[in-house]
Amino acid sequence: MNWDASLLWQFDILILIMVIICAVAALALKDLVSCAVISGAYSFLMCLLWTEMLAVDVAFTEAAVGAGVSTVLLLGTALHIRRKSKD
Amino acid sequence: MKRLALLIIIVLGVLLLRAAGDFPDWGDPSSPASTYLSPYYIENSLRDTEVPNFVTSILADYRGYDTMFETVVIFCAGITVLTILRHTHRKREKIILPRPQRQGSDLILQAAARLLVPPMQLFALYVVAHGHHSPGGGFQGGVILGASFILLALAYDLKTVLKRFKEKKILLCAGLGVLIYAGIGAFCLFLGRNFLAYAAWHKVLGTSEIMAHSHGMLGVEIGVAITVMAIMLSLYVDLASGGDLDEGL
Repeated sequence: MNWDASLLWQFDILILIMVIICAVAALALKDLVSCAVISGAYSFLMCLLWTEMLAVDVAFTEAAVGAGVSTVLLLGTALHIRRKSKD
Repeated sequence: MKRLALLIIIVLGVLLLRAAGDFPDWGDPSSPASTYLSPYYIENSLRDTEVPNFVTSILADYRGYDTMFETVVIFCAGITVLTILRHTHRKREKIILPRPQRQGSDLILQAAARLLVPPMQLFALYVVAHGHHSPGGGFQGGVILGASFILLALAYDLKTVLKRFKEKKILLCAGLGVLIYAGIGAFCLFLGRNFLAYAAWHKVLGTSEIMAHSHGMLGVEIGVAITVMAIMLSLYVDLASGGDLDEGL
């Protein structure tokens, strides 16, 4: 990655680490409702990352669709099926 | 089996990381993506369409055909969820578990929702209307508009929303948005231009051909917003109630 072009590369690395933590947590947790909430947090961190890369339109879409509506839809679905994942 | 899966994931991950090293750097001006078409869009978008936000002008004008079918895809997704989940005469199936009983109404939640929903809807309309001058556009505005209804449904209950916005109306809106988009495109054919060549609208609108592009984009974004709003609401309504439309989460 071209670190000089980034606005604040320390911030980038912090967000990237948190994105990875969120991704692993969403896979590792057995409770589907927690997974839905964590995937919302993941989307929000991605939104920060897009903003940091000056892709404001993408960030806006990620915030509205990823962090907003899809979290609600995932939650709504998770509450209706078995809450615990088997694997 | 799990060991095998882990092994495959590790091998694939290493391969992907190796491949990612060959990608051009982020923001590299000599990468293939920013050498052929992008410079044209960046340099000529404002001159061609009078739209400062060239993300929108690419999305709704240069690639208008793509965006139209993206809207159709969203429409189809909504209709698919509807056909799978929605049922009126059958009993609730066994896959869908009985929900925990709702603990009455929550004053704080409802007051917060009542305060939040009007600014959200105004902001959504602003995002749609101002999408070609600032970040945003039909998709984002439509999602925010849909989310405002979802918030109402979460804080109050599903019936409150469905009383104000009937299911029939939601589905009509979903179709209407696609129709507006395709209609704006098809009307250009009647005016003697290509499909979705917004310049044709200048005769009707009484503006220059370039401004007609801008106005055409606005119309198209409104269509997208209506479809996205209706489909998001319809998705939530069907998923949250398991297709019964009786009570939400």
